[in-house]
Amino acid sequence: MNLSLILQMAAEAEPERIGLVCDGRRWSYGALLRAAQGAATRFSESGVGYVALLDESSEAAPIALFGAALAGIPYVPLNYRLADADLAALLKRIAPACVIGDVERVRRLDPDSGHQLQSRADFVAAAEQAEPYAGEPAEAGIAVQIFTSGTTAAPKAALLRHANLLSYILGTVDFGAAPEDEAALVCVPPYHIAGIAALLSSIYAMRRILLLPAFEPDAWLALAAAERATNAFVVPTMLGRIIQRLDAGSPPDLSALNAIAYGGGKMPTELIERALSLFPQTAFTNAYGLTETSSTVALLGPEDHRAAHQASDPQARARLGSVGRPLPTVEIEIRDEDGKCLPAGERGEIYVRGEQVSGEYRERSALDAQGWFPTRDAGWLDTEGYLFLAGRADDVIVRGGENISPGEIEDVLLSHPAIADAAAVAVPSLEWGEAVGIAVVPRPGQAAPSDDELKTLIRNRLRSSRVPERIAVLEALPYNEMGKLLRREVRRLFQEA
Amino acid sequence: MKPGKKLKSTACDTEVMVVRGADVVLECGGAPMTEERPAEKAALNPAFAEGTKIGKRYTDAAGSIELLCTKAGQGSLSVGGVALQTKEAKPLPSSD
Repeated sequence: MNLSLILQMAAEAEPERIGLVCDGRRWSYGALLRAAQGAATRFSESGVGYVALLDESSEAAPIALFGAALAGIPYVPLNYRLADADLAALLKRIAPACVIGDVERVRRLDPDSGHQLQSRADFVAAAEQAEPYAGEPAEAGIAVQIFTSGTTAAPKAALLRHANLLSYILGTVDFGAAPEDEAALVCVPPYHIAGIAALLSSIYAMRRILLLPAFEPDAWLALAAAERATNAFVVPTMLGRIIQRLDAGSPPDLSALNAIAYGGGKMPTELIERALSLFPQTAFTNAYGLTETSSTVALLGPEDHRAAHQASDPQARARLGSVGRPLPTVEIEIRDEDGKCLPAGERGEIYVRGEQVSGEYRERSALDAQGWFPTRDAGWLDTEGYLFLAGRADDVIVRGGENISPGEIEDVLLSHPAIADAAAVAVPSLEWGEAVGIAVVPRPGQAAPSDDELKTLIRNRLRSSRVPERIAVLEALPYNEMGKLLRREVRRLFQEA
Repeated sequence: MKPGKKLKSTACDTEVMVVRGADVVLECGGAPMTEERPAEKAALNPAFAEGTKIGKRYTDAAGSIELLCTKAGQGSLSVGGVALQTKEAKPLPSSD
């Protein structure tokens, strides 16, 4: 199995059909395959161990991804937002590599590692002109290597094999199912698993990709209207910013937008409710997945969204805050610290198993003997199998031996009408080892509730052990560009103060 | 037939990839499929000439084998003279 099969089949079925639109240039499936085959020849001749992309999204991403797959070399999209020192460390870990994109930065940060450098334009032009790769595509091995964001330690090199990614696509996407007028607006960065999955899924479904180099709400709206996007994937922060723009001025024509999928971070209930009301005809899908699981492992589909949105039963309504049910090809279990499987309703660590689940790092595999991957995400299942996330297992606050999930405290804080956002983290405590610290963001124009009011709220709704020892009022919580809350920065706030 | 193995029709243009394998001889257009295409095509058996469709999954009644058609052709797929059926999967909403 080789990942290039995806593009080969699309090009075999309809070589002239437009598969990708980027910066005004339109690429047919045939032209994309031809460029990927040329890129494979160049990569193969170069003798490097990796193909890296250090760039915003463009046609260079799929050409390098499929070209590297054909040549049997791991493709490593790098996060161009990393600080110099962090990026330099990653460049050394993949030396020597063909690096495509910001050549000046690589020359400055890692000049002596033997990298072969090409700007985006030079790479694409050379790929189009090179002879098509004549070798047989590799049958096994690593297709994609993604460095994790490394929120707690040095970034890990997560490995996705051809078989992992192909299992995901073959198990979830119907080949060529998209009618010719369908187009998916892709605005997630190329170094994120969602950016890789978007390319693979859309090409296999033969849904035209509208590639936005970097997210910006006005550019997103303009591209969606001009190219009549029918599908889009966004992270919650992006959706929030898009809705802000819609509220602020004359909305562009989004009548073609049939489906919006979202994931990558916790969606505030209020925001999704607002989106469901604002786009009554649009199908919403919430996806939960990790880099190590080749993207989505559970999803909350359009019917689930509408049913929960209209439900009066609190349990059914709460499902809007869930990530839905596992894919038919994936198994999910919730386990306690001893590895014992927990019944519905009990919080524990989420374990995942399936062919798409890699769980493998350059240094070691995290799979257990039965093939289960411990996600380090905490969560629980309801009686009908809907999965609810409860933060990272590592984020649990251990107060005097008692485990406290930040999520339960945050949910209570968010029920306060004057609070827009909230985070609970562990703070050092002489008495308890760790205690609860909270950071709250008041709604615009509202004063933050007093410390006493917040403590009383938590004591009344939860238990006295959950009452915060430290309280900070912030203008905004720190998030990364994918909408992930940076808890270590919130923790640091309490250590410094 | 291991998962990932690619087989070609000797009677038409059909190519398949094994998704789930078993120890059987796969036929297309009534003739056994092979890894390499022969120099000369075998005759297409009219009883197995309904054609294959790219992207379709094919399976036997027992569900012991599953194939993905990666290139279409005029022949149809069978094992031991028994035609394979297309597998209809319940479509999932796009999550990417």
